[in-house]
Amino acid sequence: MSKIKPKRKDTFIDMTAMSDVTVLLLTFFMSTSTFLPKEPVKIASPSSVSETKIPESNIMTILVDKSGKIYMTLDRKDNKLAVLEEIGKDYNITFTPAEKLSFVNQANIGMPASMLQKFLDLRPEQQDKVLKDYGIPSDSTNNQLKLWIQHAVTVNSDIKIAIKADKDSPYSLVKSVLSTLQELKQYRYHLVTSLAQ
Amino acid sequence: MAEIQTGGGGKGKKGQPKKINVRVDFTPMVDMNMLLLTFFMMCTTLSKPQTMEIAMPAKDNVKQEERSKVADTKAITVLLDANNKLYYYLGKPNYTDFTSLKEATYGGVDDKNSFRSLLNSRNSVAIEKVKALKRSRDRREIKEDFYKEEVKKIRNDKNGEVVIIKPTDKASYQNLIDVLDEVAIAQIGTYAIDDVNKGDQFLIDNLKSKGTLTKNSQVPAAPTTK
Repeated sequence: MSKIKPKRKDTFIDMTAMSDVTVLLLTFFMSTSTFLPKEPVKIASPSSVSETKIPESNIMTILVDKSGKIYMTLDRKDNKLAVLEEIGKDYNITFTPAEKLSFVNQANIGMPASMLQKFLDLRPEQQDKVLKDYGIPSDSTNNQLKLWIQHAVTVNSDIKIAIKADKDSPYSLVKSVLSTLQELKQYRYHLVTSLAQ
Repeated sequence: MAEIQTGGGGKGKKGQPKKINVRVDFTPMVDMNMLLLTFFMMCTTLSKPQTMEIAMPAKDNVKQEERSKVADTKAITVLLDANNKLYYYLGKPNYTDFTSLKEATYGGVDDKNSFRSLLNSRNSVAIEKVKALKRSRDRREIKEDFYKEEVKKIRNDKNGEVVIIKPTDKASYQNLIDVLDEVAIAQIGTYAIDDVNKGDQFLIDNLKSKGTLTKNSQVPAAPTTK
């Protein structure tokens, strides 16, 4: 008599299907995610209990760093181009198509108008380096920030204003930005904060 | 699926290639994918910064009568000074008595001397109302929209507390946000951010010097309403 051998079971699970699903999800998340915007200076936003999220689009962010350098970002590219043209008119600068493209691709606005053209001729990596040392001039005699905001608001009247200031920046800096906005009759802002731990 | 059978049956003849099972194990790949997936999911949902909506008053064209509408008994003026110092006074400033300006901390409710405790006791009725609403919302007795509507009503109550925030130039941005937070926690809807005037600076200096400025009769003239 021969013994009845129990049939050996194969415990190998086919993971191919699962891998298909995960790759699909991965592609979805990769394509829908928006990456953190590049910022020329490091800004630690103050913590708060507020849970309101920042609006999705149509937003202008004003960055104020610890030392008072001010940068601006506009999320819509068509607005950016229009604003650049307005600034060009103000300062009698005609930008070449290459410079316009460079301006649209550079995430942050933060150069004095007089140096803008030279800055835009630089390569993107160099631009990021140079940008750190400048910022939009906003003192009372040469308030270029006001001009930029003014044009941004006229180009797109529905734009929302977000202010992202460092938690250690003195209030006087924030106050000057706020009063500039008040002068332009803009009274509603979003103050960017991070959720308190 | 992911296997390729090569060769013939088990009992192959001599000389024929052996059966090779080229089954690829996909488990590590799934692991890696899951890891990336988690990363992207986290990044997209958590990276979105929180915001706080504020409205500033118009700089000009505000009539005098509109400005001084705040009842003195309901007004709390907060002065934010350097080194995370916070002072407050209730109602109108009293320039002759240096103890009218009090110092508070940024602590929580446990701290008797904190600004939160002060607002808690001043606005306890509204806070209790909101708490009751929240409870009934959590028990699904009222709808979310109704809850929001009611909270809004409580916050914007005409007879509610009014907080006037006056940060000095030396105060940090975090201080301002902290106070705005406290105001939100205490369910106070009416607040304003204003500039520090001479009288306020005098009050701070007077408290620091324990009233010597009043003794030296350096009291500023009329309280400038700004």
